[in-house]
Amino acid sequence: MSSFFGLRALARRPATAMRFASTPVRAMASSSGNQLTVREALNQAMDEEMKKDKTVFLLGEEVAQYNGAYKVSKGLLDKYGPDRVIDTPITEMGFAGLAVGAAMAGLKPICEFMTFNFAMQAIDHIVNSAAKTRYMSGGMVNVPIVFRGPNGAAAGVAAQHSQDYAAWYGQIPGLKVVSPWSAEDAKGLMKAAIRDPDPVVVLENEIMYGQTFEVSDEVMKDDFVVPIGKAKVEREGKDVTVVAHSRAVGQSLEVAAALEKQGVSVEVINLRSIRPLDIDTVIKSVKKTNHLVTVEGGFPQYSVGSEICAQIMESDAFDHLDAPVARVTGADIPTPYAKNLEDLAFPRLESIEKTILATVNKSKK
Amino acid sequence: MFAAAIRSASPLARLARPAAGLVRTPTLAAASSLQRMLQRQVSGTSAAQAVSAVTPPTPEGRVLFPGATGSHYTEKMSFNRDPKAMSTYRVLDLEGNVIDPAQEPDLPKEVLLKMYKSMLTLNAMDLILYEAQRQGRISFYMTSYGEEATHMGSAAALKNDDVVYGQYREAGVLMYRGFTIEQFMNQCYSNAMDFGKGRQMPVHYGSRELNFQTISSPLGTQLPQAAGSAYALKLSGKDACVICYFGEGAASEGDFHAALNIASTTESPCLFFCRNNGYAISTPVKDQYRGDGIASRGQGYGMDTIRVDGNDALAVYNAVKEARRRAISESRPVLIEALTYRVGHHSTSDDSSAYRPKTEVSDWIKQDSPIARFRKYLEKKGHWTADEEAAFKKSVRSQILKEFAAAEKIPKPSLDHMFTDVLAGEQPWNLKEQEAEMRALVKEFPQHYDTKDYQK
Repeated sequence: MSSFFGLRALARRPATAMRFASTPVRAMASSSGNQLTVREALNQAMDEEMKKDKTVFLLGEEVAQYNGAYKVSKGLLDKYGPDRVIDTPITEMGFAGLAVGAAMAGLKPICEFMTFNFAMQAIDHIVNSAAKTRYMSGGMVNVPIVFRGPNGAAAGVAAQHSQDYAAWYGQIPGLKVVSPWSAEDAKGLMKAAIRDPDPVVVLENEIMYGQTFEVSDEVMKDDFVVPIGKAKVEREGKDVTVVAHSRAVGQSLEVAAALEKQGVSVEVINLRSIRPLDIDTVIKSVKKTNHLVTVEGGFPQYSVGSEICAQIMESDAFDHLDAPVARVTGADIPTPYAKNLEDLAFPRLESIEKTILATVNKSKK
Repeated sequence: MFAAAIRSASPLARLARPAAGLVRTPTLAAASSLQRMLQRQVSGTSAAQAVSAVTPPTPEGRVLFPGATGSHYTEKMSFNRDPKAMSTYRVLDLEGNVIDPAQEPDLPKEVLLKMYKSMLTLNAMDLILYEAQRQGRISFYMTSYGEEATHMGSAAALKNDDVVYGQYREAGVLMYRGFTIEQFMNQCYSNAMDFGKGRQMPVHYGSRELNFQTISSPLGTQLPQAAGSAYALKLSGKDACVICYFGEGAASEGDFHAALNIASTTESPCLFFCRNNGYAISTPVKDQYRGDGIASRGQGYGMDTIRVDGNDALAVYNAVKEARRRAISESRPVLIEALTYRVGHHSTSDDSSAYRPKTEVSDWIKQDSPIARFRKYLEKKGHWTADEEAAFKKSVRSQILKEFAAAEKIPKPSLDHMFTDVLAGEQPWNLKEQEAEMRALVKEFPQHYDTKDYQK
């Protein structure tokens, strides 16, 4: 079959399409040259918070002795011992439930799922217990827990390892949901999540773990926190607003850089949080650009993009739209395994570019 | 770059990784190379460490596989299934006589009477609230008829710091701890005095102060959560445990197995207390499981297990007391199966005559009522008389009726509480908007939103 290596597959596209750089996403912002991978950022966040607060602990499959299935928890067992970094038996239902109970008893668990696909075996604890308990107990019981793990597209692992759950958890009252893209996002949002008194779902992405970002000195400090519920404008532009989360942010930025050369100025917003959704930042941007495209890896029906469309329509940004909102999403199929099919099942740089241009051109008379 | 996304539970996958925590002893030099290879691949479980740290394993007897290092080889093929059911511990016979005086707990009269009076109070409250539902005054109720000894026997053996996770048929435990009749009524009526602010169905009680976790409807989810709270208690060093109640039906849920297993591996001081009352709504035990009750499962998870006569308050007391001691001092979970019989219907949404003869129920009430058995014991000890019985029943009934009438008059929770407590901290903008919309609707259409019964 075809060889593997993600982004290099772009080289096999038809010649008429634009050539995109097939390299890891470049650094944004910053002046100082601290290189940090998303994996390291997550590790730092957990390490710093576990050091600060003795009630924080990590549990999940392979998190301790193996340093994490994806090495995100590297070194934590050595530092904090087996009471605070726990290798669990294979039971999502068991360890997520245990974590919820520990949170209700006053500890601050970080519950790792090897992927959020497996979290479906524990989703009752996340939704019916963690999310709803503060409300249902009349405010008597709270659940300060973090559920984290890789979400969405991976590479060559097919349907039961590749689903994006942003829309699933994003719908639940009582939950907070974040979806970091960069190393800065990963560190800041993870720290915010651990400190948050409410249950937080942190949707990481396996393909992003190894991506290096240049971050400022501020990010390297041990009190760097990114507020939950606030989006970030990663790139300013004036012709069209592109809203994305997680890996799609990087893709959108690549497309934006290429489209700049064509004279299309693209503003890229990194949602950072799925719930609460920072629609105000999107509204402000749409009022400026008059065009909106959403990009995500999840399935199209009842997606994050759908919610953004609805909220934009309900706001005064609607009157500023010169074209209907367009959504770029994953294909409405269980993710296939074969590399060529898998590539087509998720947003591609060409489809993002094509959709942006179509939206912008629609308004031209 | 190819991340190990595929979960590998297979032993082969484990063997492929270099072992962390190598186990080494000087005597290994004398062992065979096979043993050496296998030792290298043992991933540091305490059992394996014990094996090689103490004596070198003999090739021809002891199994070396990491999965069962306590096992020995045999040439005899046999499929194991213990035909003998686990015995059931009891202290009192059906007439309230102590069978073995050495087993009689040394409980002061006040405690015994508190247990008994709580049983009567629970029973009386159940009668009235069940009728209230039938009359349309509350929407739903569940009685505890026949299981009063499981509640009071266990509650009396616990301390107030012990955390309780219930299923839904443990009101007696909460009552014993000090939840008042008034508080029970307010919760069932979902009125403005309900701690839950009107967000839970009736009988879904909770009390932070009394360490009784709010009842959660999905069955069995309380088990792993109880293990987690027990884990937190262990780390805190507190002299306390968690007790987790569940029915034999809920023990079929995946959560049960997950919880017992993880409570064992995390060495958490959790008592898993099964009320095996013979029915899960209409499902009799023969359709629920085929093993020897729930007690037989404990061994599978490496847990100390006891089966007790759940209609014998003193047996339940003794078992829970000892289980608690083991759980805390040895940092381990313990399984208790209390056999009993569900005299009442599953809930007000159930009519059990549809699946069991009424004579079966009346026979049980006649032959083995936990309240009657305990009363006989108390009378024999000179702690209680028939006159006191009549007087107490009369007074508790009138007290309950009084609280009942009072609870009915209290207004429903204020609309202020509809959008609070979803998250900590300040109300998010979307909820503020929705609340404003709600208030506008209520104001504009008073004929459709009658709020006169709601607290302002």
